[in-house]
Amino acid sequence: MHYLIYFLLILAAAAIWQLVRVVELSSKLKGIDPNKVTESDNRLQGRIMLVFYFALMAFFVWQIMEYKDRLLPVSGSVHGAKIDWLMDINLIIVSIVFVVTNFLLFYMGFKYYGRDGQRATFVAHNNKLEMIWTGVPAVVLFVIIFLGIRLWNDTMSLPPKGTRMIEIYAQQFNFKARYSGKDNVLGKSNYLLINDNNELGLDSTDATGYDDFISPDTIFLPVDEEVDFEMRSRDVIHSAYFPHFRAQMNVVPGMQTYFHFNPRYTTEKMRELTGNKDFDYILLCNKICGVSHFNMQLKIVVGTRAEFDVWTKRHVPFYSGKTPPSATAQN
Amino acid sequence: MTTDMHAHSELHAQSLEHDAHVHHGHDDHDHHQSFVAKYVFSMDHKTISRQFLITAVIMACVAMLMSIVFRLQLAWPGEKFAFINAIMGDKWGKDGILDPNAYMSLVTIHGTIMVFMVLTGGLSGTFANLLIPYQIGARDMASGFLNMLSYWFFFLSSVTIIISLFVTDGAASGGWTVYPPLSALPQAMPGSGTGMTLWLIAMSFFIISSLLGGLNYIITIINMRTKGMKMTRMPLTIWAIFVTAILGVLSFPVLFSCALLLIFDRSFGTSFYLSDIFIGGHPLDQTGGSPILFEHLFWFLGHPEVYIIILPALGLTSEIISVNSRKPIFGYRAMITSILAIGFLSFIVWGHHMFLTGMNPFLGSVFVFTTLLIAIPSAVKAFNYITTLWKGNIQFTPQMLFACGLVSTFISGGVTGIILADSALDINIHDTYFVVAHFHIVMGVSAILGMLAGVYHWFPKLFLRHMNKTMGYLHFWITFICAYGVFFPMHFLGLAGVPRRYYQNTAFPMFDNLQDINVLITIFAIIAACGQLIFLFNFFYSIFRGPKSVQNPYNSNTLEWTTPMANTHGNWPGELPEVHRWPYDYSRPGEEADFIPQTVPLREGEEDGGGHHA
Repeated sequence: MHYLIYFLLILAAAAIWQLVRVVELSSKLKGIDPNKVTESDNRLQGRIMLVFYFALMAFFVWQIMEYKDRLLPVSGSVHGAKIDWLMDINLIIVSIVFVVTNFLLFYMGFKYYGRDGQRATFVAHNNKLEMIWTGVPAVVLFVIIFLGIRLWNDTMSLPPKGTRMIEIYAQQFNFKARYSGKDNVLGKSNYLLINDNNELGLDSTDATGYDDFISPDTIFLPVDEEVDFEMRSRDVIHSAYFPHFRAQMNVVPGMQTYFHFNPRYTTEKMRELTGNKDFDYILLCNKICGVSHFNMQLKIVVGTRAEFDVWTKRHVPFYSGKTPPSATAQN
Repeated sequence: MTTDMHAHSELHAQSLEHDAHVHHGHDDHDHHQSFVAKYVFSMDHKTISRQFLITAVIMACVAMLMSIVFRLQLAWPGEKFAFINAIMGDKWGKDGILDPNAYMSLVTIHGTIMVFMVLTGGLSGTFANLLIPYQIGARDMASGFLNMLSYWFFFLSSVTIIISLFVTDGAASGGWTVYPPLSALPQAMPGSGTGMTLWLIAMSFFIISSLLGGLNYIITIINMRTKGMKMTRMPLTIWAIFVTAILGVLSFPVLFSCALLLIFDRSFGTSFYLSDIFIGGHPLDQTGGSPILFEHLFWFLGHPEVYIIILPALGLTSEIISVNSRKPIFGYRAMITSILAIGFLSFIVWGHHMFLTGMNPFLGSVFVFTTLLIAIPSAVKAFNYITTLWKGNIQFTPQMLFACGLVSTFISGGVTGIILADSALDINIHDTYFVVAHFHIVMGVSAILGMLAGVYHWFPKLFLRHMNKTMGYLHFWITFICAYGVFFPMHFLGLAGVPRRYYQNTAFPMFDNLQDINVLITIFAIIAACGQLIFLFNFFYSIFRGPKSVQNPYNSNTLEWTTPMANTHGNWPGELPEVHRWPYDYSRPGEEADFIPQTVPLREGEEDGGGHHA
């Protein structure tokens, strides 16, 4: 099978070469320099340019029709809906620029192909035109910048006080979630304390950590409640990417990073909206982190508050049964 | 007699010496050189240019072959390919299935070779060396010796990268951006061992090469312009190369410091980039460093770098579009201003690569603002190209097609940059295939098209012959169609949330229905690669057997076409030409010929620069 492909390739190459030779020899017989560009070359290439433009546009439209239903579904988070809105506006603007300027380019090629005895018009510059195409993009860009920065500030501003804290702990090649428990404070940790029995390096001298529990296989979020993720990496840079929530933040060893959002649809609701009964929210790694980078993920479930409470009760705190060092903590 | 023909400088004496050479003995000069001095350790700018070009062509083939191997994996994961086994051997391609670590190495080295060896070293090295002396009217570069060293460091760098492919644990595999800690710790991935060490050595050689070359380019352009060659009479090619060289000289040292600190962290136990790491079952001693420092240092080079790649390509395009439209480049002064503006802005936008690194979000807003400003000079350039075509008498030589192709991809890839520069939108497409699509089209494809345009256009100056036109047409259309075919669909993968640098997407059911897109991309990539065979054949065949060129085959105005079609040492057998006008007097009304070379004096009352006021 493969040899057949190689054979066909060689055959194709030979055919092309022969074709070129024929063209060359025939022009030599006619006494023309085969590499001199002629009017008919110009006409042909100008036409191909215009045909190419329409083919490119057809390809563009075909892709939109063909792929639009396979893109990310409606945003599962509140801020994500705003991002989608802004993305649509931007995509429309840049698509218009793409379609129009490419048309101008290829149309010029078609219209002004070189003809024998014709002369180009000497136009060196035109201040008015140049002001237009400096000014118009500038104005459009300022609108884009304004909308973008406003949304960015909204999204990245500090979450309201009392927002539920969940830690995302990343290591080669998995994520774990640590819930901050009743006090909503994540207990301290230290990478020097990591061992087989304490994979997150939790610090037993910190009383606030005694109600923290770890979920290695799922992040469960109650719907319509803001959640703030604190992210920590054990080894290399990872990136916590929540495509369905339009959320992402790198997870960097040696420091904490944060991202907060508000899930607005339960998993059930999303299954309904997408018409996919197997739909699941997912967290995946989006920064090259090693050989199994392509398979580093954690399932996310969004449920009602009641379901969340039931799920929480099923988990026991990491230091369950041990007495917190309350005296020292309060000192 | 030549004293008044040179700019004032300390290089003066040397130039005179050159002149003396040429006046007294240019006829038999070449015969006195040994083979080694003439073809290997040559100090002649034309030979060095050819050396850069041929090295870059070979490196580009290597990088392209790599892309085909990993594209096969992405389109048909788990499928067995005799081809993969043949290329990767039993170790990395056992039974014809690509090893995941080898996949990582391939994407890393593909990026490294394309960005540095082909589009920085290859593109600038070839055309800066060829065109600076030719187009400003100089006998050679300011320092032929440094120029020679520049090539040989580049060669060493390329060889080192190739050698790194053959070490036991594989080549560097942390992505071409080599973020630590991944790249600093061999425990993190095998490629971060010897492979990464070699990568850093190669990069150090490369930076040396780039600095030697860049300083030379700047000095030559400033000091060695021939009489009458004012800065405002320089072809845009030289302007672009000039600004590129300045960017390189200012930013590559930062990459060097970045790499040096990484070498310290890897080998000497420092902790510039490392902190609080537990890996391979043990905590590391290093604490207090920050990987974000690396990212800042890296992208302080990394962003100017993309302009170091694209500006020379745009420069070549300016010249080619003007010559082949038989019209002056539209808005010469605006083009210069745009190049300068792009050059300046390129230094204050690096943070747009880092919106989501944990950098303060306020800084993100600042970088959104500065980044989007770059779209303005870029738009000016694009419109000026289109208007240059307007009412032209376009000669569709292969190089003209490549140049028009560049304008198209520069626009198509540029507009998606507007989306990526918008930090709020970047949240969801950062590091997805949307980014891969964007930078390949705007930087990779555009720069390659520009470079190929340059090769076709200046082939007569490089090798004194012409490349075959018909094969050129075929090569262009296959390359251009396939470039869109490969990279356009990637936008949709990105919008579907597919991360880059995944060995396969099969671990996520949500990506299952995107597989046919990957197949489509790979088919286009394979056709594109086959199309390059046409170019390779045409290129090497024409070097030896192509039809000989006349002195000024395209009726151009610039000075390189006033030199004889021979590899004359010192370029002009007689005196250096004197320049009287800007380079874009094409189809001037009232003139018989549709071009007026720069050496033709202005007529009585004629205004220079097509009505631009100095």
